Amino acid sequence: MELGLTHDEIAAFIRVNTEKVFSMMLDLPLVASPAVVEGALANGEGGVIALVGFAGEWSGSGSIRCSDALACSISAKLLLTDFDCVNDEVLDAMGEIANMVVGNFKDDAADKLGLVGLSTPTVIYGNNFQARNFNGQTWTAVPFDCAGETFEVKISLVPSRILHETPCIPHR
Amino acid sequence: MALDVLIVDDSSAIRKILMRVLAQTDLKLGDIFEAADGVDAIKILEANKVGLVLSDINMPNMDGLQLLTSVRSRPEWNGIPIIMITTEGNQAKVMEAVQLGAQGYVRKPFTAEQIKEKISSCLSSAGRAE
Repeated sequence: MELGLTHDEIAAFIRVNTEKVFSMMLDLPLVASPAVVEGALANGEGGVIALVGFAGEWSGSGSIRCSDALACSISAKLLLTDFDCVNDEVLDAMGEIANMVVGNFKDDAADKLGLVGLSTPTVIYGNNFQARNFNGQTWTAVPFDCAGETFEVKISLVPSRILHETPCIPHR
Repeated sequence: MALDVLIVDDSSAIRKILMRVLAQTDLKLGDIFEAADGVDAIKILEANKVGLVLSDINMPNMDGLQLLTSVRSRPEWNGIPIIMITTEGNQAKVMEAVQLGAQGYVRKPFTAEQIKEKISSCLSSAGRAE
């Protein structure tokens, strides 16, 4: 795969920007674990996933995935309000956290990626869902320990022209 | 005279945080209005005498740069200080915002102190004492 950034560089940008957002907006310390490269189809057990899309010279997405309980804890720190369950405010807060992490990643990576725009965040909440990437591209995933739980920040990127050259995946 | 403020962001979380930060300032605040995009913001500006706008850039329907253009095209709104508070760090977008008439630019993530300092300096430049 032709990539303007190595997986190690992507992981480093994920670490720096996730720690910056959690430190400045939430005052929550994080401990990052080693990055892993995941396949296109990421297994999941549910919880909350906030996705922000890349478009322009590069396509792909960035995401944050965590448990319901951690989403409530993160949102409570951001909004100084207690949450017993995932509601619209929690989903909005998680979308904004993803927007800041992925947006700052995009700016750090701009020298190598060129002009890339971001979508507005999409947040999904539920059980036993799977996130599938397009065209079999891999994810660079960095797990973080936060408040006794683990969440994961992932990025997948591919040059847009490669997508245009590749046939569509047929329906199953 | 109390200062009416308009917060424009498609994230209700960010609007809530900015309302909290405003409450921590020494400003004598009047009404604080919220809009989720530029279209809603224009309607609020038409119906109220807003003295400060805090706006995101990337929003649906009408983004922050389009809002800036609209505001600066109306002579009656030309003196309203506008601070962009956004994830967008693309230098071209920052320059465009300044050229369109933004008085300040704050990157997300931010601290409350950064926002307070920017508001203070923008209002001082606009000739409004705190």
